[in-house]
Amino acid sequence: MTAATRRALVLALPVAWMLLFFAAPFAIVLAIAFAESVEGIPPFALALNPANFALLLEDPFYAEAVLRSLRVAAVSATLCLLIGYPMALAIARAPERWREPLLLAVILPFWASFLLRITAWIGLLQDDGWINGALIGLGLLSEPLKLLYTDLAMYVGITYCYLPFMVLPLYATLVKQDPALLEAAEDLGARPWRAFLTVTLPLSLPGVVAGFLLVFIPAVGEFVIPELLGGPGAQLIGRVLWTEFFQNRDWPLAAALAVVLLLAVVLPIALFQNRAAKP
Amino acid sequence: MLLRRLMLLGACLGALFAAPASAQDRVLNVFNWNDYIDPYMVQRFTRETGIRVRYDVFDSLETLEGRLSAGRSGFDIVVPTNEPTFSRLARAGGFRPLDRNLIPNLRNLDPVLQRQIASSDPDNRFGALYLWGTIGLGVNPDRIRALAPDAPLDSLALLMDPTHARRIARCGITMMDSAIDVIPTVLRYLGRDPNSTAEADLRDVERALMAIRPFIRNFSTGGAIEAMAAGQSCLAFGYSGDMIQAGLRAREANRGVTVRYVAPREGAQLWFDLLAIPADAPNPEAAHAFINFLLQPDVMASITNHVRYPNGVPASRALVDPEVANDPAVFPPDELKASFFTIGPVPQAAERARSRMWARFKAGR
Repeated sequence: MTAATRRALVLALPVAWMLLFFAAPFAIVLAIAFAESVEGIPPFALALNPANFALLLEDPFYAEAVLRSLRVAAVSATLCLLIGYPMALAIARAPERWREPLLLAVILPFWASFLLRITAWIGLLQDDGWINGALIGLGLLSEPLKLLYTDLAMYVGITYCYLPFMVLPLYATLVKQDPALLEAAEDLGARPWRAFLTVTLPLSLPGVVAGFLLVFIPAVGEFVIPELLGGPGAQLIGRVLWTEFFQNRDWPLAAALAVVLLLAVVLPIALFQNRAAKP
Repeated sequence: MLLRRLMLLGACLGALFAAPASAQDRVLNVFNWNDYIDPYMVQRFTRETGIRVRYDVFDSLETLEGRLSAGRSGFDIVVPTNEPTFSRLARAGGFRPLDRNLIPNLRNLDPVLQRQIASSDPDNRFGALYLWGTIGLGVNPDRIRALAPDAPLDSLALLMDPTHARRIARCGITMMDSAIDVIPTVLRYLGRDPNSTAEADLRDVERALMAIRPFIRNFSTGGAIEAMAAGQSCLAFGYSGDMIQAGLRAREANRGVTVRYVAPREGAQLWFDLLAIPADAPNPEAAHAFINFLLQPDVMASITNHVRYPNGVPASRALVDPEVANDPAVFPPDELKASFFTIGPVPQAAERARSRMWARFKAGR
C-alpha cells in the first residue's frame, strides 16, 4: 500500500461521516426550505420557492429571535468560561493523583439523565423549593423569591448543563503547559497575577476558543432548558422553529429558518477559523 | 416536565402491555393521550379478540401531528382532537374512511354530539367519538372568595375582568399554553364569533388578554393539574377533565385544598377526541375491531370512571359510578350544554397570526 492510498483511506472515514451525517441531512433541509407548504402528507411539495427566505428577511420577528438566541448563547458561554476557567486551572495544577477523580467529578453529572437534572433544578428553584425554603428558614426572606420561569433560571440551567464542555478543553490545554514557563516568569520578577496574564492565559487561548464554541453552538438552538426553566417571554429561535413546524405546520418555513440559523452560526466561525489558520 | 411525564408513562404502559406478548402475530398499534384509558380494557380487548396491543402515548397534539405528517407512522389507531389536528389531517388525506359495516357500535354514539363534530368531520366520515369535554375554569372557591368575595365563580369574568384577576393573582393564576384553546373562548366572551379570524377581532382579543397578563403566574397546560391540586394556583384556565383530576388529587392529598371545574356561563368551547385510522395503517381490520370494542356501553363506562371525561355513548351513563355520573362537571346539565360551542378549521395565515399574538401575550409586550 502506498502512502497516498493509506492517506486516502484514513481520510475516507471522516469524509463519509460528514457526507452521511451533515451534508445529506442539510441537503434534505435545504430542499424542504425551498418547497411549498401544502395540505398533505408530508405537508410540503418540492419546488424552487424563495418566498420562505423572503418572509424571514421581511418579518423582524425572526431576526429578533435569532439575535436573542445569539445573545443568550454568548452570555451562557461567558458564564461557563468564568466558572470553568478557575475549575480547569485548579484541576490542572492539582497533584497528579487528584486530577483523575476531579475530572471524573466534572463528567459525573452526565451519568444521570439530562431531563432528570433539569427537573431537579425545578425542584430547587420553585416557590416552595429548596432554595426559597432555606432562605425563608434562615429568616433572610419573608416571601419566596421568584426564581423559576425567569431568565436567571434559564441561564443557571444552560450554564450548569454545558459547563463540562468548557472545562474539558480548557483542562486539556492547561495541563500541557510547561511549569518551567511560570518558574521563568517568576524568576524574572513577575507576580503570580502578572504571570497568569502574560503566560498562562495567552497560552490557553486555543482551549478558551474551543470551550466557548462547544458551549455557544449548541446553546444557540437550545430548546428544552428555556422551555422548562425560562420565563414565558423567552422566545428563542428553538421555540420559534417549534411553533412554525408543529403549530403552524409550515415545514418549509421552519426548514428555511433552520438554514438561516445554521449560516448565522457557521459562517462567522468558518471565517474566524480561516483567518486564524493564515500566518 | 411534559417530556418527563410522557417518557415515564410510556415506560409504565409499555411494561404493562408488553406482558401478553405470545405467539400472536396480529398486532394493533395504538397511539393515545397519556392517562386516557382504563388499562384493563386493553387487556380485555386482547383476551376477546386475540389481537395483541402495542400501546404508545403522546401528551400533545403537536407530537401526534408531527408523527402522522411525516407519513408511515405505523399506528393503526390515533386519538386526535377535532380542532386543529384532526381536521387538518383529515383534509390532508391522512385518515382512512371508517367502514361502518365493521363498526356496528357506531350507532351507540350520541347523534347530537355527532352533528356537532360535523364542523370538523363532515358526515363523521373519518372519526368515531371517544371522549369529549369543555375548556373552562378550575377554581379553588375558598381562596378566591377570601380575596375577591364579589367575583362570580361561574363566569369567565373571574379571569378576564382585570378588577377580579388583580385580586385573585395573589393566590396564583395559571393559563393553559395553547392559542387554539384560549382564543375562541375569549372571542366568545367579547361577544364575537368564536371562529372569527378577522384582524380587528384578534387585536381585541390581544388587548383583553394583555389587560390580565400581569396577573398570570405561569403558562402551563399539563402542569395545571399539579399547580391546582397542590394549591400553588387558585384559578386556572384549562381542560375540564384536567381540573376534575386536580380536584380528585387535592382531595386525596387532604391538605385543605378544593378544586372545582366550572364551565363558564358565557359558553364553553367543546372539544372532541376522535378515534381515527391513519391512511397507511398496517392493520386497519384490527383498528376497526378496536373501535367497535371501545364503543360498547360497559367499556365506555369503565373508561369514564377511570379518566373522568364524558364519552360519546349515552347508554354508558347508567353503568358509570353514581359519584361520577351525578357530577355536573363531568356530565353537564342540558341547559348549560346549550351554551357550549364548537370551533371549525382555521386557515394557515390566521393560525400564524394567532400564534404570533400568543407569543406576544406570553412575553407580555
